[in-house]
Parts: sequence; structure tokens; C-alpha cells
Amino acid sequence: MSDSKNTRRGFLAASATMAAGLGFVAIAPGIRLIEAASAQGKLASSKVRYGLLIDSNKCKSDCDACVGACATENGIVEKVANPRQRAQWIRKINLVETSTGKTHSLPMMCQHCAKPPCVDVCPTGASFKRADGIVLVDRHICIGCRYCMMACPYKARSFGHQALTTQNPEVPRGQGCVEACTFCVQRVDRGLKPACVEACTNGAMIFGDLNDPNSDIYKRIREVSSRQVRADLKLDTGVRYQGI
Amino acid sequence: MFKRVLAVMLFSIAALAQPAVADAGRVPKPTPTIETPGQCVAPVEEMRRNHMEMLKHQRNRTMRMGERDTKVSLNGCIQCHASKTNGSVLGSRDNFCEACHSYAAVKLDCWDCHQPKANYKATASAPPTMGLKP
Repeated sequence: MSDSKNTRRGFLAASATMAAGLGFVAIAPGIRLIEAASAQGKLASSKVRYGLLIDSNKCKSDCDACVGACATENGIVEKVANPRQRAQWIRKINLVETSTGKTHSLPMMCQHCAKPPCVDVCPTGASFKRADGIVLVDRHICIGCRYCMMACPYKARSFGHQALTTQNPEVPRGQGCVEACTFCVQRVDRGLKPACVEACTNGAMIFGDLNDPNSDIYKRIREVSSRQVRADLKLDTGVRYQGI
Repeated sequence: MFKRVLAVMLFSIAALAQPAVADAGRVPKPTPTIETPGQCVAPVEEMRRNHMEMLKHQRNRTMRMGERDTKVSLNGCIQCHASKTNGSVLGSRDNFCEACHSYAAVKLDCWDCHQPKANYKATASAPPTMGLKP
């Protein structure tokens, strides 16, 4: 047993070394183990919960910089024949208090619920929540049934009605799949803020980790009163609103 | 029985030895243009046999677990293999992906959603509207 070359463990160790060198290893004729270890190895962690705090007092009703930045970052630039079929990952809405006439403006997008109804209803498992709380659609297995669109209380999801050629390389999109705000996951994974947050010149949007005591959003939601839209549904949304 | 098998084998070898006759009228072999030869993430034989498994494995890790900037990546393939003529891995039988896939009649679903051009950046044709009116 002292000769590690003849042991099972030795064989596995040698295989792992080969795998690291070649990228993959033949574990039997015709069966190959593809290297699992990554160069970077930084994965979405369940210790993190990404969230967004939107201050509707700072949000200007005539400003749609966040919507434009979202479209540019995520390649939502296609022309659609019917405007009702346009993809909307983020939209600006104006609320009017009928008795006083006081108006609020705010961006509305996927609220990245901790208990997302879209994930509950998805028949294929395409709609899923990442460990860090970002709710996404796996287009590889989405069948385009749009059940999630019906389940979402925020009308956050859109359907790809037409074939596309103008996707950005990091944001694949296509016909026949449901899509929604991803918190710009391709940016967040590299430590950047979502495009809408970066574009907001009014400082109305704060993005960060709701679980990190050092993050701005963690401190802010403990200082000011913020609300979840449709809190009665107990979905525990990641997007919070201040001033509504 | 053995003689019959041998006869069949000999006949097969004789048939194979006449490629000019056998290949006449067949679809020509693919001739993909390799823009940066010898720099792939794995040897050619491995890539030919396993590129789809490597991509499928990595796509799930990237999307479900957020693993980025990995050795295996579809965008990495495009960066290296996009044609210098049209900047894409598609377009003609000389383009990298289309060459073999059209020969083998294996449909490429990747490009229904993924961008086949290297360094592509979407530009907005018109500013998006504020949103749907109710």
C-alpha cells in the first residue's frame, strides 16, 4: 500500500494531474471526464443576496436613462412590428395618488424574489434562482410556454417573438424563449454594477449585497423606510422601493 | 463460411481502393478556414470529438453558477475562429462552424440565441420608449 502508484488513490491522483494538464482525461475507452476546475473558480455564493434599493423621490419622471442603458448593455435594440411585443426588461412607470395628485416615478423590473413564483410554475426547470438570489431563465431548456409570465405579479418577463441577429455576445437572446432582467449578471459576476444603476445620474438606485453589513444597501435599508411592491404576497423581493 | 467472409472483405477492400469512383458525385469534404492554428484549448482530435460536450458542461456552470472567463467558452471559440473575411463563424462552407456542420447535417441551434460575430456590439437604432402605456 505504500506504493501509491498501485493504489486506487494513486490512480485517481494521476488522473487528476493528467486532467489538469490536458483539460480532460479518458476514464475508460470512449468515456471522458471533462475538467471541472476552472481557471478563475469564482462562483455565485449563497452567502450573497443581491438587491436593489430604488428611491422614487430622486427618480425623475422625464428620465429614462436606466431603460436606455439596459437596452444598450443587453442588446435589446431590435425593431418589432407590434410595440406590445417589445421586450421590456425594465420600464418606467408613473404612479398617481388620486386624492392628492402627487406623482411618483420609478423603474420596474424583475424583483428577484427569494421565493419566485416564476420558478415555482416552470414546467421544465428553465426558470431558476441562482445561489446569490438572481432569478434567470435557462434558454437552453425554456420551451416558451410563458407560464412564468402569467405567474409573475410584476409583469417583469417578456417573450422573444422574432428571430434576432443583434444579440450582444455576453447576453444571448432568441426567439421562442422568455426573458427578463438579469441584474446584468454578466457584469455582476465581474464585480460591476448593473447597467441601469451605473446610468442613473440622480443617484436613485443602490445595488449591492443585502447580506453584507459593509454594503451601502445593507446600511441604507436599515436607515430609511423601504417597501417591497406587493409585500402581501410574501415573495421577499430583492428590489426595494423608498418613498412610495 | 470463412471463405465467404474473406471474399466479402476482399471485395470491400477493392471497393475502398477506388475512391475516385466511390466519391464521384458526393458532397465534398469540409474545408474550414482555421484563422489561428495550433492555439486551441485542447488537441484537434479532442476538440473534434468533444467540443459539444465541453461547451455543454461549461454553459451550465456559467449560467447556473456564474463561472466566467473560463478556458472553455463559446465566445472564446468565436474570438479565435471567426473568419477574417466576414467576422463570423457562419456564412459559407469556409466558415469554421458551418463548414463541418453543413457537411454532417447537424443543425446549429447555438446561433439562434448566441452572437456568431466576433467583437459584436449592439447599437440602439432608436431610443426605447419609456414603456407600455396601460
